[in-house]
Amino acid sequence: MLQFRTHKVIYRRYAGLFFSLCVDITDNELAYLECIHLFVEILDHFFSNVCELDLVFNFHKVYLILDEFILAGELQETSKRAIIERMGELEKLE
Amino acid sequence: MNPFSSGTRLRDMIRAIRACKTAAEERAVVRKECAAIRAAINENDQDYRHRNLAKLMFIHMLGYPTHFGQMECLKLIASPGFPEKRIGYLGLMLLLDERQEVLMLVTNSVKQDLNHTNQYIVGLALCALGNICSAEMARDLAPEVERLLQFRDPNIRKKAALCSIRIIKKVPDLAENFINPVAALLKEKHHGVLITGIQLCTDLCKVSPEALEYFRKKCTDGLVRTLRDLVNSPYAPEYDIAGITDPFLHIRLLKLLRVLGQGDADASDAMNDILAQVATKTESNKNAGNAILYECVETIMSIEDNGGLRVLAINILGRFLSNRDNNIRYVALNMLMRAITVDAQAVQRHRSTILECVKDSDASIRKRALELVYLLVNESNVKPLTKELVDYLEVSDQDFKGDLTAKICSIIEKFSPEKIWYIDQMLKVLTEAGNFVKDEVWHALVVVISNASDLHGYTVRALFRALQTTAEQESLVRVAVWCIGEYGDLLVNNAGMLNVEDPITVTESDAVDVVESAIKRHASDLTTKSMALIALLKLSSRFPSCSGRIKDIVVQHKGSLVLELQQRSLEFNSIIEKHQNIRSALVERMPVLDEASFGGRRASSLPNTVSTSNGTAVKLPNGVAKPSAAPLVDLLDLSDDVPAPSSSGGDFLQDLLGVDLAPATQSEGTSQAPKAGTDVLLDLLSIGSNPAQDNSVSTPDILSSAQDHKPAIASLDVLAAPSLTQASSSTASNMMDLLDGFTPAPPKPANNGPAYPSIVAFESSSLRLTFNFSKQPGNPQTTTISGTFTNLSSNVFTDFVFQAAVPKFLQLHLDPASGNSLPASGNGTITQSLKVTNSQHGKKPLVMRLRIAYKVDGKDVLEEGQINNFPRDL
Repeated sequence: MLQFRTHKVIYRRYAGLFFSLCVDITDNELAYLECIHLFVEILDHFFSNVCELDLVFNFHKVYLILDEFILAGELQETSKRAIIERMGELEKLE
Repeated sequence: MNPFSSGTRLRDMIRAIRACKTAAEERAVVRKECAAIRAAINENDQDYRHRNLAKLMFIHMLGYPTHFGQMECLKLIASPGFPEKRIGYLGLMLLLDERQEVLMLVTNSVKQDLNHTNQYIVGLALCALGNICSAEMARDLAPEVERLLQFRDPNIRKKAALCSIRIIKKVPDLAENFINPVAALLKEKHHGVLITGIQLCTDLCKVSPEALEYFRKKCTDGLVRTLRDLVNSPYAPEYDIAGITDPFLHIRLLKLLRVLGQGDADASDAMNDILAQVATKTESNKNAGNAILYECVETIMSIEDNGGLRVLAINILGRFLSNRDNNIRYVALNMLMRAITVDAQAVQRHRSTILECVKDSDASIRKRALELVYLLVNESNVKPLTKELVDYLEVSDQDFKGDLTAKICSIIEKFSPEKIWYIDQMLKVLTEAGNFVKDEVWHALVVVISNASDLHGYTVRALFRALQTTAEQESLVRVAVWCIGEYGDLLVNNAGMLNVEDPITVTESDAVDVVESAIKRHASDLTTKSMALIALLKLSSRFPSCSGRIKDIVVQHKGSLVLELQQRSLEFNSIIEKHQNIRSALVERMPVLDEASFGGRRASSLPNTVSTSNGTAVKLPNGVAKPSAAPLVDLLDLSDDVPAPSSSGGDFLQDLLGVDLAPATQSEGTSQAPKAGTDVLLDLLSIGSNPAQDNSVSTPDILSSAQDHKPAIASLDVLAAPSLTQASSSTASNMMDLLDGFTPAPPKPANNGPAYPSIVAFESSSLRLTFNFSKQPGNPQTTTISGTFTNLSSNVFTDFVFQAAVPKFLQLHLDPASGNSLPASGNGTITQSLKVTNSQHGKKPLVMRLRIAYKVDGKDVLEEGQINNFPRDL
């Protein structure tokens, strides 16, 4: 955890990548660690054993997942299954 | 085919960029690609627009400017197909932010999309709105979003709820519209919608107090019930994380309950049970469980006081502290710091665990733990705590030592129960980490030492012993050198032994050895060396047998390239050689430093410059003002030297320690003189009281030899008091000698300028004083007065001393008299020259009060008077 002016940075390291979240100072850090982990799990499920290249070449899909997960700075959906389902539907449209 | 035509696939471009080996290569590739995209934009290319925008977004993520693509976003959003819209909205969110004016153009498209039949598109629009909308957009589109809060599709409801959060943040006035829909949301079963509803509710309460009241009354019970159901719910695979169903929902609910319960006793009561249940039942071996517990503890600490729950909370924190995971310990320490303000007792129980954390391997945990310990210290536990901390100081890292030292020092200062313990601990700290100790800390130590007069012997012996073992710590050396100088005789005589001490025998030469090694050490800096020199001077007075040896040491620095050392060396050498008679007076024991005023000064942290404090006028009883120093005096800056006893220390500490590195050269010997011989010399300065009488009697004892010096050099006024007697101005001539022959010319009374009538300033039955005036041209404020004393009686006056006092707006400078023996019956006169500067020249005339003291047949006589008959225009 790092503190930066009015916000905190919470990060978690996965192999060579750092996933960082910038949150308010008053927020619960441990919860966000779980949040990061859930996100990574979703990515993993979606891309089937995700690696860094997947994220680079498919950044718009990553954003799609992110849009289903967090919106306006708050959590949107906590169920992995629900998000994956929705992604499936969205993929069909593209 | 040109690899960079707009036909390039996104994938290929990414690959090309990643294949670049250098930054310059990459820039080249990006530039080509941007050119191609710009060309395509100009041509209004339809087919590849979304691909181009995707490429543009990638380029933007790399950090290059991409504003030319903003209009493309709008065009894409306006197109009918989902993929295009998708990319368009994504581009909108990435490439623009709420400050761009382009955003306004999108409003209409977004509105249309919000009403679209395809719910995915509605979702897209809500998403974009929620992430990036500006205040105006929010106002325009709020009604749509409200409507969508009740849409049948839960996905839309979720997104609408979160979008509302942003709207409320941007436009707080709209908050009331959302209150009712939110109440409905809170009863949802679908976790996604529920969690978004809760988050919306939390933000609503933060923004609008009415909402807070409303929710507090209506919804608290419902929420408590929801949480209870959640906690007791069976295993649900969909939301399970580490064995707990939907920990995020737990946490959000707790947070909302916190907001509702803060400041309100009823709401807090309703929550107590469920909080207790969560706190006790949740497993804490996984991070998810710990996260919930953490939130629970935060909530308990924030809501209205409930002793049992609080204890529970702090116990949980205590458990956290022993957890192996650094994150959890860090979080626990943070929380404990806040908890101390609420309930210090409970936190005290975990003191030992916290102490363990101070020694942790992780730097941020160490820092936090140290701060926490600092907050925990009070009178009862200060001794064991300090012992622990000092022990740890020995093994801690270099970078941590600075922090640790500072904290230990402030703990010792604030809470020390008795002086001897204070001195002990400070000595330990100095021995270990003296280099990290700040100046004001060891200054304070010196103040305390000088105040603890019964501990002088103990202190100096302890310091001596410490110096034998470790001599690398600068501050330790300085304090030790000062003490040995001051209390060297106690050291050698083993005076004032306390029961706990072992006797040591220290010979005089041992003491001198120690100080000498301090000077000779290569690593000693200027301050230490200067302090050592003055300490040697003191020792030469206290240990006369070592005087010769000390002189040799001092003389070694005669040629030093550092001005301070050279000057001290020369002056001290002179004192030792030629002025043994006054030496002991010069280096007498320092008066006790006033702790209270020193502490007060430190608290207000005045800048430590010697000249400023000493520059203030010395306000003595009759309001005698300082003389304007003659330019010759400025060279020595001697007259600026005397802080009055009334000034609260000023930087007398600097003087006392003999440390002054101000460029205006200061003779440390002379600065010592007023302080060391305070009782004697200060009396010289207090004219309005009788001690002046004793003064003229006692000064001859000290300065008797000086009396014989006919002051050939007139003008130097060392002790900066206008009413200085002839005796003290002889001291001036003494000091002059120190400079080996520097002889300022006496001021010649100027005979030009307008003539003023002479007056008879004072006349009694036995004495007459006449004043003659003259002014220098071009200097109307200053008058040179030549005073003539005539003895009208038939007895010889001996030990004739004239003193004068002037009000504050005048400055008086008195030259030595021509003699101190007045023959009888006007057979001879004594003349004395005065210089008066009138700062209110023209507005107020001169006035002066006199005091004349002399002896007739061994009996003291005192005459006083006031001169009011000065010519008006002086």
